Amino acid sequence: MKYIDEFRDGALAQRIAAAIAAEADPSRRYSFMEFCGGHTHAISRYGIGDLLPPPVRMVHGPGCPVCVLPIGRLELALQLALERRVVLCTYGDCLRVPASGGLSLLKAKARGADVRMVTSPADALAIARAEPAREVVFFAIGFETTAPPTALVIRDAARERIPNFSVVCNHVLTPAAITHILESPEVRRFGTLLLDGFVGPAHVSTVIGSRPYEFFAEEYGKPVVIAGFEPLDVMQAVLMLLRQVNEGRADVENEFSRAVTRDGNVKAQALVAEVFELRRSFEWRGLGEVPYSALRIREVFADYDAERRFGLVTRPVADNKACECGAILRGVKQPRDCKLFGTVCTPDNPIGSCMVSSEGACAAYYSYGRWREIPGVAEA
Amino acid sequence: MCLAIPVRVVERIDDTNAVVDLDGVRKTISLALVDDVRVGDYVIVHVGHALAKLDPAEAERTLALFASASAEPRP
Amino acid sequence: MSSVRSGYVRALDIKHGRVDLSHGAGGRAMAQLIEQLFAAAFDNEWLAQRNDAALLQRPDGRIVVSTDGHVVSPLFFPGGDIGCLAVHGTINDVAMLGARPLALSAGFILEEGLPLADLKRIVDSMARAARDAGVPVVTGDTKVVEAGKGDGVFITTTGIGVVPPGITIGGDRARPGDAVLLSGSIGDHGMAVMSQRESLAFGSEIVSDTAALHGLVAAMLAAAPDLRVLRDPTRGGLATTLNEIAAQSNVGMLIDEAAIAVRAQVQAACEFLGLDPLYVANEGKLVAVAPAGSADALLRAMRAHPLAREAALIGSVVDDPHRFVQMRTRFGGRRVVDWLSGDQLPRIC
Repeated sequence: MKYIDEFRDGALAQRIAAAIAAEADPSRRYSFMEFCGGHTHAISRYGIGDLLPPPVRMVHGPGCPVCVLPIGRLELALQLALERRVVLCTYGDCLRVPASGGLSLLKAKARGADVRMVTSPADALAIARAEPAREVVFFAIGFETTAPPTALVIRDAARERIPNFSVVCNHVLTPAAITHILESPEVRRFGTLLLDGFVGPAHVSTVIGSRPYEFFAEEYGKPVVIAGFEPLDVMQAVLMLLRQVNEGRADVENEFSRAVTRDGNVKAQALVAEVFELRRSFEWRGLGEVPYSALRIREVFADYDAERRFGLVTRPVADNKACECGAILRGVKQPRDCKLFGTVCTPDNPIGSCMVSSEGACAAYYSYGRWREIPGVAEA
Repeated sequence: MCLAIPVRVVERIDDTNAVVDLDGVRKTISLALVDDVRVGDYVIVHVGHALAKLDPAEAERTLALFASASAEPRP
Repeated sequence: MSSVRSGYVRALDIKHGRVDLSHGAGGRAMAQLIEQLFAAAFDNEWLAQRNDAALLQRPDGRIVVSTDGHVVSPLFFPGGDIGCLAVHGTINDVAMLGARPLALSAGFILEEGLPLADLKRIVDSMARAARDAGVPVVTGDTKVVEAGKGDGVFITTTGIGVVPPGITIGGDRARPGDAVLLSGSIGDHGMAVMSQRESLAFGSEIVSDTAALHGLVAAMLAAAPDLRVLRDPTRGGLATTLNEIAAQSNVGMLIDEAAIAVRAQVQAACEFLGLDPLYVANEGKLVAVAPAGSADALLRAMRAHPLAREAALIGSVVDDPHRFVQMRTRFGGRRVVDWLSGDQLPRIC
């Protein structure tokens, strides 16, 4: 596959790994946060951890929209599906996330709710056109990558005056989350979370461009390297971050130059601005209330806002007391620091969403990497 | 976080839609969010929509960067 | 049951007719369905006797029996259909214990409204698959459920076979040091079925690999009678099968990603949907575990067979109390290939 396979070349990986090992100062530690869940997944799936030398550590950030979706928001979807009997359309990622009492959309489907998996918001609108007698609701999640397609479908629905379609908007914003982490007590005051730089998200950046990260580099003195999605991209980004730290720089560099420009996708940004506006505050699971971090549908498109249309009220739902997802999402703890990890909480029985989404830190670690921490596993 | 893949545009269906190809697998996607896309271009697709065009020159430059950066590690 | 008197009853309208509740009621309509559709297609000495059971000669050896329910949707997919899938699936289950399949039974649960043309297509496909495999469908059953209570058709097949002397195959027999072999590319069947799901809407030339593997198994047993484990990686894919064997045998495994064949289009389709081919179903492949010394002979025998030209040594069994299946990635790192929790779902993140 062109533009994919070349970026997974094992031989090149070894060479970049050698460069990282040669340039990493053994007398200090380097902690880089990969913000994006897709990068977490790639690091685990390709075993990139094996290729980094001991001083270099990756910290998993909260860039997993399923992981940061509060249970209270998921329960809006369950309410709509089970009580209001709508056709509830959403992405596969949401279907297994457990809400209160372990109820998930998949389990609701087993109870007779009409829950349908889609791979594009346009599919949901197509269902609304095909079934005019039913209320169709699209439960939208995702960062800035996923927001423009949602905006498009709302604009299209409005243009066509589709009377039975609406959207629950849970889109969240990357820069706000990065700010929140950098402003968190652990980073700012206590210094317990040493963060030396960020691997910037790949596809979010194709939309927002590299410009928004310049603020962090300047304000907090942390380098940001935007990395493509493939494992070689991630390794190259780590090398670039390492070099910035060694040279005392804090710049925004763009490793994913084949798809990311400084301005980003201006057309998509304009559409998002037309359809959505900022919420003053939004709860992120594990991070608490984060100001100006999420989008809601503008008044002019109120007919297509399921929250208004159905008079939905989001009820805050507390997490299991022993669940450490919050600390893990902030990069303060590791999955194995959580008492529930691997015992009560497994991919089969996820307690928190770090375990449900395959790119959640816990699921990725459990599925791909837990063997490394267990003494005595045979090295064949 | 966002699964997106680079695919080649093989056919324009109308103003908005196109057929893309990845190693023989074809899908119809929307080009509504990207301008100036021609048959033969590569685009990054996420949830059925193209979000950006892939710049082949930059792709080559990046691959060259991988090869060169690792060849001469800086002290 | 009495044979249908022609002249009294109209011929079955295969072209436009549909299954209705009378076809399952045990009366004339059902008899006609059996006569003109099922018996006509399967056409063997046992079914010709029109009894509710089949009388077979006592097989010489240990008897293997296996049963499967088939609920695949859609009923027809590139490379096959629920009918031949059912025949192949049960033949394979019997063969995976090292047995030579002797006969099959087939139970049909038909949904009211199923077009007879579809049913005939499925039954003819089953008959063809059974004939090609040399394993007759000797008895069967038909029931009809109300519209909405079935997915068109559900098929349950049971197969019996006999194990040659000196052969002991079982999931708990893998030992550290054994070789792990795979008969060919993975992910073809699952992605062929997925390609027909309207909600996923991708076009490809991916074709299901559904096939009867008993001939291949016989060749393998002849080449390496000390074969320890055979299993076909169906639902849950190769990853699940390897984990099952590891768990049953209380061992670990170390496999090589580079040795596992995946067709380009299957890989591409998986990229589109965010799926891992390791977890996608196969219906014409098998995994074999054998003492390392037999690996070469086995590979030669496999590659000589049309269904295993791409057979490969993909790894080895290791001593591991945690029973992990580990994989050396093409990229050079290592990862655990874990059990699947539920069906793998397409993802966007």
